[in-house]
Amino acid sequence: MDFNEKESKQWSRMGPRAMFGQFMLDIAEKNKDLMVLSAGLRRSSGLERFKSKHPDKYLDIGISEQNLIGVAAGLARDGYKVFVTSFAPFLSMRASEQIRMNLGYMEHGVNVVALGSGLSMAYLGNSHFGLEDIAIMRSIPNINISSPADCAEMGKILNDYAFSNHGPSYIRLTGIPGYPSLYEKNYDYKFEKPVTLKNGKDLLILSTGSVTVQSLLATRILSNNGVEAELINVHTLKPLSNQIVEKLKLFEKVVTIEEHSIFGGLYSIIAEKVATNCSNTKLFPIALPDAFGPTGTYNYLLDYHGLTSEKIAKKILKISQEKNLVSD
Amino acid sequence: MRRSLLEISLNCGEAAHIGGGLSIVDIMATLYGSVLKLNLKNPVDRFILSKGHGFLGLLSALHCVGYIKKDEAMKFQTNGSELIAHPIMNPEIGIESSNGSLGQGLSYATGLAIAYKKKKKKGSIFTLVGDGECYEGSIWEAAITATETNLENLVLIVDCNGFENDGTINDKMNFNELISKWRGFGWNTISCDGHNINELLVSLNKRAINKPTAIIAKTIKGKGVEFMENNNDWHHGRLTQKLFDEAVKGL
Repeated sequence: MDFNEKESKQWSRMGPRAMFGQFMLDIAEKNKDLMVLSAGLRRSSGLERFKSKHPDKYLDIGISEQNLIGVAAGLARDGYKVFVTSFAPFLSMRASEQIRMNLGYMEHGVNVVALGSGLSMAYLGNSHFGLEDIAIMRSIPNINISSPADCAEMGKILNDYAFSNHGPSYIRLTGIPGYPSLYEKNYDYKFEKPVTLKNGKDLLILSTGSVTVQSLLATRILSNNGVEAELINVHTLKPLSNQIVEKLKLFEKVVTIEEHSIFGGLYSIIAEKVATNCSNTKLFPIALPDAFGPTGTYNYLLDYHGLTSEKIAKKILKISQEKNLVSD
Repeated sequence: MRRSLLEISLNCGEAAHIGGGLSIVDIMATLYGSVLKLNLKNPVDRFILSKGHGFLGLLSALHCVGYIKKDEAMKFQTNGSELIAHPIMNPEIGIESSNGSLGQGLSYATGLAIAYKKKKKKGSIFTLVGDGECYEGSIWEAAITATETNLENLVLIVDCNGFENDGTINDKMNFNELISKWRGFGWNTISCDGHNINELLVSLNKRAINKPTAIIAKTIKGKGVEFMENNNDWHHGRLTQKLFDEAVKGL
């Protein structure tokens, strides 16, 4: 699935949920075995048009997320390519054991699309936030985890899962309508393969999810202050590419940036790699705290947690000024 | 079938779910001996054992139809074996799903039945749950979906042996209560004696237009072995040679 700058911007204006429904419409035209299931959240999943255009490919099973996963697995068992949607905690937590048995253990290739993860549910509050979902999902064997940085990348990821056999997946959607896009032009997406957004020699930034556009903007501020950071978008969190491990060995300072709890997300994933592979690398996290924080607009919450380009740049500038660990 | 269930249990030398395995033996015998249209490569009917700890009952049935040879069956609950307390999916030997966590098989069977219906495939999806398993909320989530999707090709068997891990099941979840609960959820609900092959045959072949069928089968935990019947020590117990000899004498 290719795109141009105009499309990327337009899709970001529509937001990840509306675009999920739109991409599913496109996929339905090409995949006769597609089934999209919702647990009573069709409208919130951008699936109104999908339902009216492809009633035979859509199934609402009611507000029953555990059942949603089981039914999806049964359909997948008989050959359907299944995508299920609900909000992140309802899938990753309420239905986590169903995901473990049906997708992890039996390896049925169902794609679990987690809407409104991170802080993007804004005023709906912590009950709806996806703070811990990466931590939970990554501990279950055989589940791939994808975390698109914008709607264009989400489109590529959804198409890739729809027309390949990577196995079961958890696709984590963050961001809201109008949140800026990351990609200005088409790029070559490959499952697992990280995308280098900027080269640099001073330190390495690993970023995931929609906050990555803030990371990119932050590198520009850093450049203006004489710090050249390398920025990599880690869209596939599991499996983690070995290319990331090789990169970690090249830098003394690495910063992880994510809209997820400091426990179990990108920071933890990278910390595990650093601990066993790198003796001269120090890791600095920018993540959400281990706490149920305040509620507000999405932009307010990102700012509160230091996930804006200015705050990210400020923090990294300070990190860059720290004395290097190894002196020669 | 009871004899082979007991042989397998004795052979492993470990505690096994014998009581709940014996309560479903007649249901398994009827399904695998007569009702299910079996075909390993291209299954017409499928059976999902939601009550995963009843695996000894399923294992003996798969052994009796020849899908699992005796030497393989005798590896039950030995180190590294794929034949353990709960089913591990292996369609090549007729095990259709992995189970063990209660309350999940009905959703899976519902998904399969929806797929069959959409593809206009012949055949039915059968699944068996325990009466104690009906405490799981996810059972009732699936119960609703199966009626909303009008799954006349889905047959649920509730093994009502009246016991769960810790003892007898509360009166509010007894045989009669479960009949009214499943009927109340809109299922074509039939009750029968779960050890009467004729009643099982009639029940398992019944269907209703646009409705899933629930067969509430009254069973006896440990059925067929006098000292095990309604004795919950055999929910998960270990057979000795002496007990085995006594047990098979009464079969």
